Amino acid sequence: MTPAPRDLAPTPAQTVGPYYGHALPVPGGGEIAPTGHPEAITVHGCVYDGHGEPVPDALLEFWQARPDGSRAGAPGSWRRDPATGGHLGRDGIGFTGFGRVPTGADGHWSVRTLPPPPSAPYLAVCLFARGLPRHLFTRAYVEGLVADGELKALAGERGETLLARRDSGREGLFRFDLHLQGEKETVFLDFGAA
Amino acid sequence: MTLTQEGLAKGQDATGAEGVPAPRRVDAYRSGALRVPTRAPLALGGDPEAVELYGPVFGATEVTALDADLTRQHAGDPHGERITVSGRVVDRAGRPVGGQLVEIWQANASGRYVHRRDRHAAPLDPNFTGVGRCLTDTEGRYAFTTIRPGAYPWGNRENAWRPAHIHFSLFGRAFAQRLVTQMYFPGDPLLAHDPILHMITDQATRDRLVAAYDPELSVVEWSLGYRWDIVLDGPAATLPDPEVTA
Ligand SMILES: [Fe+3]
Repeated sequence: MTPAPRDLAPTPAQTVGPYYGHALPVPGGGEIAPTGHPEAITVHGCVYDGHGEPVPDALLEFWQARPDGSRAGAPGSWRRDPATGGHLGRDGIGFTGFGRVPTGADGHWSVRTLPPPPSAPYLAVCLFARGLPRHLFTRAYVEGLVADGELKALAGERGETLLARRDSGREGLFRFDLHLQGEKETVFLDFGAA
Repeated sequence: MTLTQEGLAKGQDATGAEGVPAPRRVDAYRSGALRVPTRAPLALGGDPEAVELYGPVFGATEVTALDADLTRQHAGDPHGERITVSGRVVDRAGRPVGGQLVEIWQANASGRYVHRRDRHAAPLDPNFTGVGRCLTDTEGRYAFTTIRPGAYPWGNRENAWRPAHIHFSLFGRAFAQRLVTQMYFPGDPLLAHDPILHMITDQATRDRLVAAYDPELSVVEWSLGYRWDIVLDGPAATLPDPEVTA
């Protein structure tokens, strides 16, 4: 396939602002894994600002490959209820590869998902917040799935900010904090959008 | 350099809307001071294996027929000026982005959001929530019926008022095409003063966020029509053929 010309000027991004809370979050938005799936993992963490204070009004989205390596998504991330106009949530069976969660008052978020494949051992993350003129992309590479040295090759010493580390106390629990600024500033990614 | 300083410097090129004297300077958007990363992002645009070249899939389960009509989500009619907002979603090559989710949210006609933290002293409207969604058709077209939102004050400084705007969230064929932005209305005098719009430093780019009044889209005896087309950016790497991945 030959690359198509990119002649049109893109529509610029703008901040999500402070008032998306009644519109974008959905019930069960972080329950990406099918209900009760034995291999499900939990990835969680906090979003911090430049003073190390938690960011209570961020929204995070997650997108990943299936455990078998497929990148095909599926509908059903948030089923609507035609009777009430409300949300039905997921059906508990399918895997859509997509999740969306807001941070709480303490800046904390969590998702339950299936482990990504070793060929793409990460959750792609898109972060929105009041104050950000556009969204930020990063990746949460799952410890034990990502090859040794891969993150250093990718981003040098700061590559460890991309690691979702095994969290103490529980099998299948991983911690991934995001630092918007400062010494521990997360490596954010650019995919070539202008 | 902090974003605040950059915003101040760049705001000086502000030009006024029609018939309005251009302000000398638009205030900086202050909310990002501790939030905007200080380091340049790592460029991964050339990686053909990136999961971000694929994206979530949405379908009939994600929308109901009434989700695109924000004026019919309650028992009664909302207050305000009924409008139709429609346009096409395309990529930078002009190809339609079909079957993708478009979400919108907005203030009511008085400039008040259905959000507990919005303390603006304007009335809530029991017949308006201000949330809509739809899927683009095969031509990339979306359409909403809603109410023209009001301007509202915010805390950037004394007498900072947001121009009327509708927040848009769009998915493309790839996660890297994700876009959250805001649509504005033509002729709004507040466009010349808004720090959020003026984070975009050149007029031509700002203009791409302003819809056009389109009598063709107006519905007789019912609503005023606005057209706003959206061009999704990137990614740099060639996207997989949509027919193969669908
Ligand atoms: Fe707003």
